[in-house]
Amino acid sequence: MSAADTTTPAKVPPPRQAPPPPAAPNRPRRGRTSGGAATPWLLLAPCLAILALVMGYPLVRLVTLSFQKFGQSQLWGFQPAESVGFDNFTNVLSDSEFWQVVVRTIVFAAGCVIFTMVAGMLIALLLQRVSGWVKTLVNIALVASWGMPIIVATTVFKWLFDADYGILNALLSKLPGVDLIGHNWFASGPQGLAVIMLLVVWGAVPFVVITLSAGLTQVPAELEEAARLDGAGAWGVFRYVTLPILKPIVVMLTTLSVIWDMGVFPQVFVMRNGHPEQEFQLLTTYSYDRAFVVNDYAQGSAIALITVVLLLGVVAVYMRQMLKIGEVE
Amino acid sequence: MSAITTGRAVAAASRPRKSKLGWNLLGLLVFLAAGFPVYWMLNTAFKPAKDAIDPDPSVLPTGFTLSNFSRALDIADFWGPVGRSLVVSLTVVVIGIVVGMLAALAISRFAFRGRKIVIVGILAVQMVPLVAMIIPVFLLLNDLGQYDKLSGLIITYLTFILPFTVWTLRGFIVNIPKELEEAAMVDGCSRTGAFIRVVFPLLAPGMVATSVYGFIQAWNEYLYALMLLSQENQTATVWLGNFTTKHGTEYAPMMAGATMMAVPIVVLFLLVQRKMAAGLTAGAVKG
Repeated sequence: MSAADTTTPAKVPPPRQAPPPPAAPNRPRRGRTSGGAATPWLLLAPCLAILALVMGYPLVRLVTLSFQKFGQSQLWGFQPAESVGFDNFTNVLSDSEFWQVVVRTIVFAAGCVIFTMVAGMLIALLLQRVSGWVKTLVNIALVASWGMPIIVATTVFKWLFDADYGILNALLSKLPGVDLIGHNWFASGPQGLAVIMLLVVWGAVPFVVITLSAGLTQVPAELEEAARLDGAGAWGVFRYVTLPILKPIVVMLTTLSVIWDMGVFPQVFVMRNGHPEQEFQLLTTYSYDRAFVVNDYAQGSAIALITVVLLLGVVAVYMRQMLKIGEVE
Repeated sequence: MSAITTGRAVAAASRPRKSKLGWNLLGLLVFLAAGFPVYWMLNTAFKPAKDAIDPDPSVLPTGFTLSNFSRALDIADFWGPVGRSLVVSLTVVVIGIVVGMLAALAISRFAFRGRKIVIVGILAVQMVPLVAMIIPVFLLLNDLGQYDKLSGLIITYLTFILPFTVWTLRGFIVNIPKELEEAAMVDGCSRTGAFIRVVFPLLAPGMVATSVYGFIQAWNEYLYALMLLSQENQTATVWLGNFTTKHGTEYAPMMAGATMMAVPIVVLFLLVQRKMAAGLTAGAVKG
């Protein structure tokens, strides 16, 4: 888009106003590297132009759409899209189904994040204590499950939990007093979402374990030793020595998990064969449903926008952490 | 039983061998749980289709056949979607790396006003859930006449590949000491020369890892591929949906298809995983 191209150079002027000897004073470490003030912007230009087109424009459109009436006839251009103010939002917010979806999404995401982080931490700690060959085995399994495309993982879980021929029902039914032959896990929303949660956690744990394991190697052994000598138990050492050192990584992983798990889509979509029932709707699928099934693009956008706004707080925490980690150089 | 051993192990560091046993058993349990879905995919893919619909399936392999694979290739055209996925993923990665490299250099090696804003912006853009963008992206491509075109999908994939590439490459560049470049410049290299002769060789492994990882992400993408392309232009991830029809799901061929999709990606992933994890933690330790 031409609009996108012009936005980028427009930002160039400010640096040009500072011609005196390379901006050394404020950042002595960088003194040497500041060639021309325009160079970095030239390097950035293509990237910013593309992002303005593929991110900036749709983001703006998302906002404007959610204040318009936009259905089939507007999509085909039979009718112009007219502004309707906050109508879409009032419609959405006064819909009791929407609030059910919000609560369900939050419970689902919270469950995913908590299980992922706890399991990830436990496995990372466990890996410190096992023999080398066990560690290798676990790492192979983790990396394999991490690398599995989400769609493949979802289809595999669908098969594991199949009502008639799934291995899980067969295995569980071997336990005394359990008869799950033919049990359909997806007959009820909560149970089905629990299975999907398991799938999400299974896919997310490896990243957490591997990152935390790397972080654990940074914890000085002397500190833990000292705490132990002072009489701290295993929990005490973890709580007062290990965890505080790992805190930046834990915060980063938790916020990232929240963002990812609030955005779960393909897992639900594919598990339910492209038509999630009402009991399975999360904010993402609900927005999709409004837009592409009901053909109310405006309301779908309003829901998507609400989701983004809900996430802003978490994103802010994540960004602060990332900048703290990354900006120091 | 193992729980008791492990409990004691914490206190009794003096008996390392015995305490290891409990932890190892627990570790093996984790191995089995984490690896089982992958194992079961492979197991189903290679077993005779009639054994796959046994209400009391055997956990161990029951035989070996490749017929599920040929069935999977028959159900719907496989190589077409794979070819399209390859075209899309490779193009996205090449554009992403070239454009992303320039941007990463700008934010990691130059001091300029607005640098921090650009960094925050690129980080923030990564956080927008893709699903939230599908409606406006769909309308945008519709307006541009790019709906159901691979080029449209390529543009769309840049939304997540580009910020990722910039951010990751930046991490790798930051970890190359600036002194190396400066030394080369003192010895008479131009700025560009110093970059090409000194930084670039050191950066190459990181660039390869970033490209491979970006490729995997683009390859695995599902939602946009499903929404923005019609059935006849489907990509590999969407192809996997062909096994479920209104007559039910053919699970054994589906697992064969899943295996064909997953194995190359997992292998690629194994190759770069260490490098990517190292890059991530290297950045984290710097603070």
